Amino acid sequence: MQILGDNTMDTKSYLEAQAKEIRIRTLKCIATLGVGHVGGSLSIADILAVLYFDQMNIDPKNPKMPDRDRFVLSKGHGGPAVYASLAMKGYFPLELLETLNTPNTNLPSHTDGNRTIGVDMTTGSLGQGFSASVGMAIANQLDHTSNYVYVIIGDGESQEGQIWEASMFAGNRKLDHLIAFTDRNLMQIDGEVKGINDVSPLDKKWEAFNWHVQVIDGHDVMAIRSAIIEAKKTTGKPSMIICNTIKAKGANFCEGLATSHNMNLTMEMALKAIEGMN
Amino acid sequence: MELRNRQLRDIYVDLLIHYAEIYPELVIVEADLMRALRSFPFAEKFPDRVINVGVAEANMIGVAAGLSNMGKLPFTHSFTPFATRRVYDQVFLSVAYAKLNVKMVGSDPGIMAQLNGGTHMSLEDMGIMRNIPTMTIFEPVDGVQLAAMLPQIIKHYGPVYIRLLRTEFDSIFADDQVFELGKATPIIEGNDVSIFATGIMVKEAIDAQKLLLEKGISASVINIHTLKPIDVEAIVKEAMKTKAVVTAENHNIINGLGSAVAEVLAENCPTVMERVGVKDHFAEVGTKDFLMEKFGLKAHHIVDAVEKVLKRKSTFCKGD
Repeated sequence: MQILGDNTMDTKSYLEAQAKEIRIRTLKCIATLGVGHVGGSLSIADILAVLYFDQMNIDPKNPKMPDRDRFVLSKGHGGPAVYASLAMKGYFPLELLETLNTPNTNLPSHTDGNRTIGVDMTTGSLGQGFSASVGMAIANQLDHTSNYVYVIIGDGESQEGQIWEASMFAGNRKLDHLIAFTDRNLMQIDGEVKGINDVSPLDKKWEAFNWHVQVIDGHDVMAIRSAIIEAKKTTGKPSMIICNTIKAKGANFCEGLATSHNMNLTMEMALKAIEGMN
Repeated sequence: MELRNRQLRDIYVDLLIHYAEIYPELVIVEADLMRALRSFPFAEKFPDRVINVGVAEANMIGVAAGLSNMGKLPFTHSFTPFATRRVYDQVFLSVAYAKLNVKMVGSDPGIMAQLNGGTHMSLEDMGIMRNIPTMTIFEPVDGVQLAAMLPQIIKHYGPVYIRLLRTEFDSIFADDQVFELGKATPIIEGNDVSIFATGIMVKEAIDAQKLLLEKGISASVINIHTLKPIDVEAIVKEAMKTKAVVTAENHNIINGLGSAVAEVLAENCPTVMERVGVKDHFAEVGTKDFLMEKFGLKAHHIVDAVEKVLKRKSTFCKGD
């Protein structure tokens, strides 16, 4: 499924606008509370824009549609960006975004399939959502359905052993309807990924695990879109799209900083960052 | 289906094949222990419905969660330590917290890993699974009970941990015995003391009851096959009647059956009690007989515990 037409310029500007709005709403929703996972939410905004506003076969009016595509945020702490995307898509009112992490909210820090309409799988302990997405793709394989399972993992998350257990199995099962993204933002809680426990070369690792691998600019919506279209054409292998990204992309006061993982954020800071966006 | 004079794993696999015909969503997820479970006949019948992830238990649980998320009914399997403590976070989050429907089999419970030794003996599996909200824990005693409970487990939506003996078992129950998930099964009526037992300890409890009768002591024997949710009503009723309780389990006495019964008694009707089980030790390699003797799991250990508890009963309950 592809929602947008072939007019490249229109598509590009539309998706960029969606990505920008995801960033704005993510920042505002975290700032309303005053603290949250800024970095890893903003770095995936462009991927989410392409998935939710172009590539995924989903229907907010029929959120449990059986043959819909599925999305799993294995790096569950990026929840705020997913909530912004879901609200913009029409799954729930935009005002609900202000309830992030407040008592009795349906929008907890980490994505929860039982609380939030539109969230397909509960995640929060790194590595686990990826295994679950492999299980979901196997279910589709068993049922010979044509829908896709999309999953985003982090590069820090790629230090988890479970990622590679699941990766090896998905490659061997030839799950060509599983399309994964690595949010390669180079940072993890304690600092630079390469300085803590380097995961590179990621492309060679995934290739060695029998995946179809593409490495792209994770902030270029058209590159993301093309990579997904190519992944869909790929048969006999699951797809890994390694997205080179910048942690906290769009929040000029903390772009690229490991400290943006979970930080205090005032509305003033958020508005300033929004003002500084292109 | 023959439910006696066979190994429990063979009965389990036959039951899975039977229910796989009825439930097309039923799949099995293995981590390179199909040979140990002897589940190859299932694979012959339903080759597409066997997902063997290899030696990767965390992924086994994660994949099972994903399968359940899409409407499948996965049964996972590994030896008890790797079915529980090795995958605790996966079971907690991807299955239970995510409200998914995965049935998890741990085989060779407690000392029954025998020659695989202490590394493969889980004396804590029931304890750690009991700590997870919504978890149901079932330990079958024999083939008849397993056959009666499996359809109930299939119909119950939610995570279930099945503590499955793989090998020979003692047939305890008649073919027409009725069992209910979450309800204790009384086996022998008695008046002086109540013995609550699970798994392989049911046979020991029955043997102990006979030895006690020779000494003029009348003991009830009750099987707690479902450790969670535990049958509070049955335990309280028994304790009110006999005013003395002994538990018997192939598990650490901490956090297993003994602890669960103690919690029920302390909150409802404080009763003198003794716990027969492994007394907070690591296990070790050995045969069933050797290990049961060494770790205090024989009928005579239950008899000793009963005598101890009856002595305390006479001291504490003088005013009754």
